[in-house]
Amino acid sequence: MSRIVWMLGVGVLSGVVGLSAALAQNAPSGNVANGKKLYETVGCFQCHGYVGQGGAAGPKLIDPTPYPAFIVQLRAPRQVMPPYTERVLTDQQVADIYAHVKTFPMPPDPASITILK
Amino acid sequence: MGTGTVSKMPKIKRRQFLAGAMAAGPAAALAATTKSAGAVEAARPSVPATPQTAGDTQAPSALPRLTTNGKVGGDFMVDCLKSLNIDYVVSCPGSTFRGLQESIINYGMNSKPEFITCLHEEISVAMGHGYAKIAGKPLASLVHGVVGTQHAAMAIYNCYCDQAPQIVLAGNVGQGTMRRPGVEWAHSAHDQATIVRDYVKWDDQATNLQDFAEGLVRAYDLSTTSPMGPVFVVADADQQEEEIEHEKLFIPKLRKRSQPTGDAVALAEAAKMLVAAENPVIIAGRVTRTAAGPKLVAQLAETLQAAVIDDRARMSMANRHPLNHTERRQAAIRGADVVLALEPYDLYGMLNTVSDLIGRPSQPIIRPGTKVIVLGTTDTQIKPNITLYARYTSADLGITGDAESSLPLLIQAIEKEVTPQRRTALATRGQKLKEQSAGFMKAVYQQAALAWNASPVSTARTCAEVWEQLKTVGGEYTMSSEANFLSEWPYRLWNMDKHYNSMGRSVGGGVGYTCSASLGAALANKEHGRITVSLNGDGDLMMSPGVLWTAAHHKIPILYVVHNNRAYHQETMHLQRIAQRNQRGIDRAHIGTTIDNPNIDFATLAKSMGVYAQGPIDNPADLGPAITRALEVVKRGEPALIDVVSQPR
Repeated sequence: MSRIVWMLGVGVLSGVVGLSAALAQNAPSGNVANGKKLYETVGCFQCHGYVGQGGAAGPKLIDPTPYPAFIVQLRAPRQVMPPYTERVLTDQQVADIYAHVKTFPMPPDPASITILK
Repeated sequence: MGTGTVSKMPKIKRRQFLAGAMAAGPAAALAATTKSAGAVEAARPSVPATPQTAGDTQAPSALPRLTTNGKVGGDFMVDCLKSLNIDYVVSCPGSTFRGLQESIINYGMNSKPEFITCLHEEISVAMGHGYAKIAGKPLASLVHGVVGTQHAAMAIYNCYCDQAPQIVLAGNVGQGTMRRPGVEWAHSAHDQATIVRDYVKWDDQATNLQDFAEGLVRAYDLSTTSPMGPVFVVADADQQEEEIEHEKLFIPKLRKRSQPTGDAVALAEAAKMLVAAENPVIIAGRVTRTAAGPKLVAQLAETLQAAVIDDRARMSMANRHPLNHTERRQAAIRGADVVLALEPYDLYGMLNTVSDLIGRPSQPIIRPGTKVIVLGTTDTQIKPNITLYARYTSADLGITGDAESSLPLLIQAIEKEVTPQRRTALATRGQKLKEQSAGFMKAVYQQAALAWNASPVSTARTCAEVWEQLKTVGGEYTMSSEANFLSEWPYRLWNMDKHYNSMGRSVGGGVGYTCSASLGAALANKEHGRITVSLNGDGDLMMSPGVLWTAAHHKIPILYVVHNNRAYHQETMHLQRIAQRNQRGIDRAHIGTTIDNPNIDFATLAKSMGVYAQGPIDNPADLGPAITRALEVVKRGEPALIDVVSQPR
């Protein structure tokens, strides 16, 4: 039992070290055009919308969290988002998607929209 | 109506096969032309005997009777329908009920009931489902024997799951010797209700007309008693078509039946728990049956100064009421020390989260020690096969009684419990809840603005644009569609305070419900001059597109706004989830789930069936004017459709 506990502990520690490394990373440079293509083909838009507005199926991505938190959520998501592991999406592809997400326009002030009163 | 007299039941003449006349051939035809019409029945020209062969046991037939002279069974069936105040019979025609249909249109003169022509039995029954939720009473749907029943099955299932009343009548040629060769054998059954028995409240297959009358009235009675549901009554073809001779039939009067209410002692116990609670929360399930529903829920909430979570199975509480805290559903339930669930159909799902991850992990939303009270009849009408009943969930107090009928007694019991000191504490709690709800709309508008000018059009934009025009009708409208695929925007942006402003879900989740149930709702709304709006999924509409023809043919005013996200989007997301779980093919979830290539032109589809239509619209700036034009058509009393190329959710 103690060997199993030890192995589990090493595994958790490795994960934490790996995550810490990811957290320490700045956003690598990404290709916006490829990111848009990926965003629409690998299913991001299904839950987050074509312009990252979110909805009942997923939160908004407009004005996204910093890249380190973004990739952590992508790889090992909280709640019910399905994971995008390295087997299906490389780090570069994630960076491309992030670059595209960063281009989502900020919304207008709702006070400026007549019918939203 | 019934006189209480027991009728004699003499033998009804049998129909006689036309085979005898066919065997007579030209000789009989020549003989018939030389006789007057009145003498036709009496004529008995000689018929060459059919040669007897070895094993032939049939006696030669006499000539058939060609006409009836008096009332037929179908006429009596129409009398039965009229006695129950059934305004419509919705149906796709079928030969097994030709007799009843002829009686409806000629004996009954197609008025109360009026025959509404549908192009599929699924449309017929789904229309009945939606109609009942708005009209507060059932109509009758009429389905062809066996095959029509099977076509209707999914819609009957949705109706059952949603506990909506409906009388489903099915044709049948019960006597084997009366079935024509071929198709009538495929369209008849000894026990036709077997096909749907798992999801109807009751069924009947009468042996004679008096049985039919009593069965139909009983069926109506059961269908409209909580927990409500569809019933299935077979109308035998022979009974429909045969002349009624020498029979004294009567139609029993429908009992005036009260809905079951909760036990007074249990309600008093519930009142004690609720008044003593620091933070009670009310979860309103399928409470509303009548206009009283939302008013009673509001009165209950105000008496307790408690937050209400509207599960949106019906329109259970005005959405802008300060005690309606559906916007903060999970937080509200998590903070409760007593939860009162009214007519829940999935109590486990209300009180727990179940994550769609491997192993389906589940977590309670409520804290340990939270007391749960259940009031309703929803879970008392369950059958073992279909697992509609969800997980068995413990409650500290279960009160069996129709929630809407029981609420006045519960409110009285609560008022008796509240002391002056307690009233002060409740008022303080209520004030906090009101302050919290004051911030809801600001957050809603901020979220609605997020993709305001996007193409495809955001669901928030679509719903806001529709509301901008709809709010001019003074609340006289129904949103007949569900809203979960639209991120609930109508509930968040529109003002809903009347029991008919929304009609909730199908519960059964059978796709194809929305377009047809919406038309049924519109049929009920027609006499009230209300606007019916269906924010209709593209996939749903393609399940039953023939509903558009029915809308045009019968001039039923309704506005269909197609939420055209070009996919069975729910299924696309499911496939995506599994692909990611298996770490493969994450760019292939569109296979088998998207509705594109080619894109369906819904406006042209609608126009082909006589419905005014516009679209496809993918520029949000074009929406407002399009809705204006479409609503003008609807206000004139006709259907209209707008195809909106939409964001997924």
